[in-house]
Amino acid sequence: MRRVLRKLAEDRAAMLGLALIVLLVLAAIFAPWLSTHPGDVAEFHTARRLSPPGPENWLGTDRMGSDIYSRLLFGARITITIAVTAITIAVIIGVPIGLVAGYYEGLGSDLLMRVSDIFLAVPQIVLAIAIAQTLGPSIENVILALSATYWPFWARLVYAETRSIKNEPFVEAAIALGCSPLRVMVLHILPSISSSIIVRTTIGMGGTILTAATLGFLGLGPPPPTPEWGRTIAESREFLPMAWWYAAFPGLAIFMVVMGFNLLGDGLRDVLDPRLRRAGQHGK
Amino acid sequence: MSAAETILEVEALRKYFPVRNVWKRRIGWLRVLDDVSFSVRRGEILGIVGESGCGKSTLGKTLMGIHTASAGRVIFEGHDIAQLKPHQSRRFREHLQYCYQDPGASLDPRWTIRSSLHEPLVVHTTLPEPEREARVREILRAVGLPETHLDLYPHEISGGQQRRVGLARILTLKPSVVILDEPTSGLDVSVQATILNLLLSLREQFGLTYLFISHDLSVVRMICQRVAVMYLGRVVEIGDTEAIFSAPRHPYTQSLLAAIPRIGGPRVTDSFALEGEPPSPTALPSGCRFRTRCPKAQKRCADEDPVLRADWERQEAACHFAT
Repeated sequence: MRRVLRKLAEDRAAMLGLALIVLLVLAAIFAPWLSTHPGDVAEFHTARRLSPPGPENWLGTDRMGSDIYSRLLFGARITITIAVTAITIAVIIGVPIGLVAGYYEGLGSDLLMRVSDIFLAVPQIVLAIAIAQTLGPSIENVILALSATYWPFWARLVYAETRSIKNEPFVEAAIALGCSPLRVMVLHILPSISSSIIVRTTIGMGGTILTAATLGFLGLGPPPPTPEWGRTIAESREFLPMAWWYAAFPGLAIFMVVMGFNLLGDGLRDVLDPRLRRAGQHGK
Repeated sequence: MSAAETILEVEALRKYFPVRNVWKRRIGWLRVLDDVSFSVRRGEILGIVGESGCGKSTLGKTLMGIHTASAGRVIFEGHDIAQLKPHQSRRFREHLQYCYQDPGASLDPRWTIRSSLHEPLVVHTTLPEPEREARVREILRAVGLPETHLDLYPHEISGGQQRRVGLARILTLKPSVVILDEPTSGLDVSVQATILNLLLSLREQFGLTYLFISHDLSVVRMICQRVAVMYLGRVVEIGDTEAIFSAPRHPYTQSLLAAIPRIGGPRVTDSFALEGEPPSPTALPSGCRFRTRCPKAQKRCADEDPVLRADWERQEAACHFAT
């Protein structure tokens, strides 16, 4: 574990990604103290509407005259809530399904995998739009739509990894020893594939944030005046290109966070990928 | 402990694997074990020999329940365990253990040696922690490892030590029968001797019965009391080691023994009678399955499948013409 962290620390791109994520988390936690106009999430000052970045409003104001910088900070909270909850639910659904389907062979596991294939066959964003549209715009429904469309990724991954690791002698030996299937799955197989799950989750976090922003952009996210980043960009369309800051800064925020997760995910994969790790062990 | 007490009885054991085409339709059976019968006596070492692919390892794994038997019975300590998965027959199989070719590979790479050694006891017994720890330490001493190794991970100890830990893991349950699957293959001769000595001393210490699966005839001859010779999923000859090595009855055993090189003996290639590959277990020949390679094959062999005949003292063979 320490070796993994040390190797990760040497990876500059991954560290940059980690820094961006830490920045996001800090922004979300300390939003009330960091923001210059904490009340602007709900309040508006029509006199200052659409003013460009300056000493009073660092990143300019939106169509209601609210401070974009402050709204971005509070938007980070929504982004984190949506991404973390949706991914957690997707992992909680997907990992057990993949484990069980991969461990047992037969009609049941085929059925589970075919169901997840059906979900994967429909483009994620289309399915999420359909679900969010049907249920109405709210944070809960965005989370529901995202987790319902993302769990098959983990089910697929865990299924494939379980299938391959099930033939390892140590798993077979545990079975021969008389361990119950649950014990084998949870105590032997799951720890061995945890690194793949961690990598997939990190990279998936970026994708989820992007999809959540897309849903917000399409008006399917939390309703106004929620400072959701995607919605902010959607609002700005009428005022482009004149009020460039209106779209540019939320876009930059989304870009940096997604890139942060992707860079960290790539770095983690390089360090944790079983194949690469095995090659590394032979070398030493 | 009477010499003839049977501890493990295998009756007409079959393991067929379905052969499927690309559409998963079954197009045939791979008959890996086909009516295998033998019995193991308490305290003995029964060798199981044969070419690669004759079903030796499948036999071991089917006895353990890693593969479920297609038919037949495995009677261990009075219970038929052939159709049960390992965790279902946990109570019955506690004293029947399987040792992998490389026992080290049977250790979870993410678990410390201590956790791996505790696991069998956690699964099979309700012993409290301190008693488990005491048992683990006792076994660890028996296989000749220092207690300081308990907190290490498998990759931190040498291959030979991993094997010892693998053995220790099996022995924590005080089994009565241990199936050893090729315990010496892939080892230096000197390491082989160490492992064999360890196996023999553990057998003394814990009163074990071994099922010794191997293709190394010289090792089998050295340590086994009885030998079963397998050919294409069936026992073709079984009997006391000495009887079989001095007077093999089945033509397959005869050619197998002729293939052991001896210093100063004739060149193996001169006398080697066994030609070609064994036929595929998906398409076995009619009658005697050895007839395609048998020097003595006649018409009768194609019509009639020979059964094991106990025509000799302490020796049985399945051949029409064996004398």
